[in-house]
Amino acid sequence: MSDATEVTGVTDGTDGTGPSGATPLLRVRGLRKIFPVRKGVLRRTVAHVRAVDGVDFDVGTGEILGLVGESGSGKSTTGRLILRLIEPTEGSVELDGKDVRALGGEQLRKARRDMQMVFQDPYSSLDPLATVADVVGEPFQVHFKMSRKERDKKVVELLEQVGLGSHHLRRFPAAFSGGQRQRIAVARALALEPKLIIADEPVSALDMSTQSQVVNLLLDLQQRLGVAFLFIAHDLSIVHHASSRIAVMYLGALVEVGDAEEIYTRPRHPYTEALLSAIPVPDPQVERDRERIVLRGDPPSPLNPPSGCRYHTRCNYAMDICSVEDPQPTPTTSGGTVACHLHTSGPTLNGRPLSELGSVQTIPVRPSTTS
Amino acid sequence: MNERKDSDVSTDPFPTSGDERRLDLDVELERDTEGVWTPSSLPSHDEVPPHIGFWKRFRRNKVALVAAIYLVLLVLAAVFAKQLVPQNPNVQNLLQVNAKPSGAHWFGQDDLGRDVFARIIYGARISLEASFLAVALALVVALPLGLVAGFVGGWVDQVLMRISDAIQVIPALVLALVISGILGPSTTNVGLALAIVFAPGFVRLVRGQVIGVREETYIEASRSIGAKPLFIIRKRVLHNVASPLIVQAAVTFGFALLAEASLSFLGLGVQAPDASWGTMLSRAFAQVYEAGWLLWIPGGAIAITVLAFNLIGDGLRDALGTETRGA
Repeated sequence: MSDATEVTGVTDGTDGTGPSGATPLLRVRGLRKIFPVRKGVLRRTVAHVRAVDGVDFDVGTGEILGLVGESGSGKSTTGRLILRLIEPTEGSVELDGKDVRALGGEQLRKARRDMQMVFQDPYSSLDPLATVADVVGEPFQVHFKMSRKERDKKVVELLEQVGLGSHHLRRFPAAFSGGQRQRIAVARALALEPKLIIADEPVSALDMSTQSQVVNLLLDLQQRLGVAFLFIAHDLSIVHHASSRIAVMYLGALVEVGDAEEIYTRPRHPYTEALLSAIPVPDPQVERDRERIVLRGDPPSPLNPPSGCRYHTRCNYAMDICSVEDPQPTPTTSGGTVACHLHTSGPTLNGRPLSELGSVQTIPVRPSTTS
Repeated sequence: MNERKDSDVSTDPFPTSGDERRLDLDVELERDTEGVWTPSSLPSHDEVPPHIGFWKRFRRNKVALVAAIYLVLLVLAAVFAKQLVPQNPNVQNLLQVNAKPSGAHWFGQDDLGRDVFARIIYGARISLEASFLAVALALVVALPLGLVAGFVGGWVDQVLMRISDAIQVIPALVLALVISGILGPSTTNVGLALAIVFAPGFVRLVRGQVIGVREETYIEASRSIGAKPLFIIRKRVLHNVASPLIVQAAVTFGFALLAEASLSFLGLGVQAPDASWGTMLSRAFAQVYEAGWLLWIPGGAIAITVLAFNLIGDGLRDALGTETRGA
């Protein structure tokens, strides 16, 4: 778990100027997607959903960045915006210095070789009527002229990469378990040797025992092949295990970005703290005694996000300023960023962990879950 | 400021449950969602592909199997009519008008003394030809249109659907009557007229299937790989649409046969002296008081064959594991 902590060239999540000045593999700036809500016969736009509302982050070469957040926080949409499976409303996405948004149809098709996606549900992401050879070989069919024989050879190699045997070649998805299907999906994503794989909740449809298998497979691929991952999940403990850095998303915006270990043990944002508190502790004694931060109610509707800080309606630390002013990202002491007034106004934390707030205010304290 | 406007509950795309998959909803918000439904005939993700073990499942349905054997024999008889039937179907024998079935004339002789068995076999040729033409033509036209309508959506879909609405509001037989009336009486024209009548149904079926498939993640996966729309349609959509279409085609074949018989009955099909089952029925009808039994032969042939097509349709549906909506 701790081996994931060493980070090379911590590209700062928000100000865009990495310490080394090197361009990151993926650079996302001001990414925004506003969905119109249409009603009635005339399809008039009656409202807007701000699904992703100004998101900035970088993914370094060969890095795994975890993106966490509740359902509806816009994390899956973010993944699809990067690949332009959904067209962004605003903002820029650069892969290897190339602006993905500027690419035309044919160029975009070619550029998609460099970034691939693994989808959440391995049951619907594989065509039920196509064999494994067809599914995993599809990228070759799309991008190269290749005989069936050559293609099958490549597919077998890919299957081996993900720990599946060549005897599966002519089988249909129905013959496989969820974990195996996700492996097939990963093999398909690897086919074109992408630099970046966007894994959209790759394990949340799987049961516990297979979850770790698939996560370890991804980690193994990252180490062996140097593929970078944007690992989207709602479970902070899995993301912590898998990523070197974590970005926390709430209602379409990033609230905290930083080193995985730091975020996991010493969160800067109250929302991150609440997310951490939701992770069950596998020790019944501790689990019973600890005080959990229970988030009140549901996330507000992105149709009508709260004024000021979007989190203030559910925040235990909310101050007057929170409902008025949108907090801007501030650098943390560990090299990440956090967007919270606690760090700039009132009891100023200046980027220090929330746990150091203790003297200022009575707060629910989360007992350390990492021994 | 903490108040949430609850008047928009129905449009809230982020439901309160923790169901992650609902996230995909925000994709649909932008889309014209008119008439989007997922047909029950789409293959489920756990399903073994329909062609695997198809024969085993089809064979198990004895009724459909018998129907299939009957149809194969009928088609063979129609194709090899010359070799099979010694009598010329158009040779008259006015000395034996309305003769009852006998060893020499299995189904008897009609009002002009022609051999009814020969006419049934030769008539099968014409009836099947016209039905086949109708179904094949309708499929050839409808498949691409349905794929485009379903996959592209938007105004293309709207235009195609309104056209097919316009065709479908006219009762099928009346429309076929008008078209073949305009085109003039002939077997080919009957086929053509029926193709126009059947095409909208096929377009709708294909479109509905495509709309269901279009929302599947594996289509998105293909797009993310960089596949062109045509590739996706050919490799991912088409085979997922095939099963219900095959079933529908079999059932429609039966309808076509019946419709062809109706048009021939009214004199719009094949012209004398050649026979189709419909014209035979028509002639027999004129003799109903002299030789009522003559009605039973073409009538029975039509009924049994239409039934056979429907039974095969049922068998195919079970064997392919699909469920089609009513014709």
